[in-house]
Amino acid sequence: MTMKNNELETKSELQEKSLFDKTVGRRSFLQYAGAGAAGIALVAAGCSKDRGYGNPTMNGATLDFKDDFGVLNYAYALEQLEAAFYIKVANSNTQFTGTNAAAKKAYFQDIQFHEIAHREFFKAALGTAAIGSLEVDFSSIDFTSEASVLATAMAFEDLGVAAYNGAGPRLKNGTFLLLAGKIVSVEARHAAYVRDIISNGSFADLNSLASLGANNSGGLDAALTPDKVLAVASKYIKTKINVINL
Amino acid sequence: MNIVNILEEIEKVDAEVYERLNPRRAAMKSFFNIGKKISLAAMPLALGSMFQKAYGQSTLPSGVADVLNFALALEYLEYHFYNHTIVGITKKNQDGSTNNSVTDVTFAFPNAASQAAITTIRDHEKAHVDLLVGALGSSARTPIAYADTDFRAGGAFSTVYSDYNTFLAVAQGFEDTGVRAYKGQAANLMAAPGVLQTALQIHSVEARHASHIRQMRTAAGSAVYKPWVSLGASGQANDSGVAAVDAVYAGEDLTVQAGANIVGIGGFSGITKAAAVESFDEPLDKASVVTIANLFLQSGKKLS
Repeated sequence: MTMKNNELETKSELQEKSLFDKTVGRRSFLQYAGAGAAGIALVAAGCSKDRGYGNPTMNGATLDFKDDFGVLNYAYALEQLEAAFYIKVANSNTQFTGTNAAAKKAYFQDIQFHEIAHREFFKAALGTAAIGSLEVDFSSIDFTSEASVLATAMAFEDLGVAAYNGAGPRLKNGTFLLLAGKIVSVEARHAAYVRDIISNGSFADLNSLASLGANNSGGLDAALTPDKVLAVASKYIKTKINVINL
Repeated sequence: MNIVNILEEIEKVDAEVYERLNPRRAAMKSFFNIGKKISLAAMPLALGSMFQKAYGQSTLPSGVADVLNFALALEYLEYHFYNHTIVGITKKNQDGSTNNSVTDVTFAFPNAASQAAITTIRDHEKAHVDLLVGALGSSARTPIAYADTDFRAGGAFSTVYSDYNTFLAVAQGFEDTGVRAYKGQAANLMAAPGVLQTALQIHSVEARHASHIRQMRTAAGSAVYKPWVSLGASGQANDSGVAAVDAVYAGEDLTVQAGANIVGIGGFSGITKAAAVESFDEPLDKASVVTIANLFLQSGKKLS
């Protein structure tokens, strides 16, 4: 187990470093181009349809919802965000407390692996259609605070469930829908686990998820459209995300 | 529930949905205004009847109705399983009325939290039953009564109502099966995006239940059950520690997704086989789910 951790941390550091290098390069470019503030931009139409992150005319990542690739890239973006968060938790050596501290640390590491697996899966599956690596902004999170880490993990997992549930009906290919289904239930398991750590028994408190589209009287989980999900997620993403054909 | 969103989704495949719902769009407004006055508890039924009126009892596509009836059978099973336990222990029905008729539940919940959790899950399963019955209208299958069930599974789980750990083990089997069953049917609902949306929202609730039941099992015994489906201790697909439910986990140990080997993907050696298995929940085909469900139904009441 220890060896595994070390391997992962080393790999994570490499990944972070390479991300950092890319970041510096791109930030310089953004400054040069005078596009300072980043965020989510809803581009109605007339924008380049190129999905590529490297497209210099867009200065960011474009999610084109005209087809399934757009939906999958949307999932890829969210998985990038989640993976980066859990990698940061592992590298920050967040101190979990209580009698189940060791279990919490181990399970957060499990979740980290899951999110990296999801991220890498989408990257591989999308191939040349994949958006590039997103630059994250975790400045609002105190990684030395267990409470801050848990609250953010809960927010990300619940948002992930809402995102997959809301985007599923957009998929036109049944194979892709099944793949999304294979992932969303794992995110829901994460969400329930993190919620229970914060407050035992809140694993499926659907009333508390009403703002994410859940309905307690129907026993229905969260579901949100991509624009609403991205509006929430944008707080944690520096890279400008262009949404078209939504 | 965002009815407007559901209608918008339906409108994508059926541009005349609003007309179907009411010839005069202006009248739709009155429905939504009325909707605000309907109690939240009645919403699933109200929604179901709205769809019925829109499409008529025979026009819910038969493939969609089949899926919903299949889901409904599973929800009835889950509901009765939990409800029997709650009624047996608390002597109270879901509506709070006294019920002393259930006498075969002899274990006690170890604490208030476990009783509250099982009650929450029971309530969700009932909500799913009501929602599906409402959506199916007159196409809904014959209701499954508690008397139609056999949660001792012919003796395979003879202690399900006398031993808390057995009860939880069977509960885990139900929840993990439910997650797999919905996942397996999702593609069959693509023709009806609004229904698919609802099914997905039920699907992830079942996954939340499964996660919590697994934590309850860990809390109640000496073994550890991860909140997510992992590899078994000997590398087998079934991580529940109960060989009798091998069928529930058959194929859960898949490590290749859409041609991509998840083990070590992207050069991450930390993504072991167990991590790869945990990262993706697998679907289960209808026939396999029916076989599992029939273990818990009396002869003459089994699914086909």
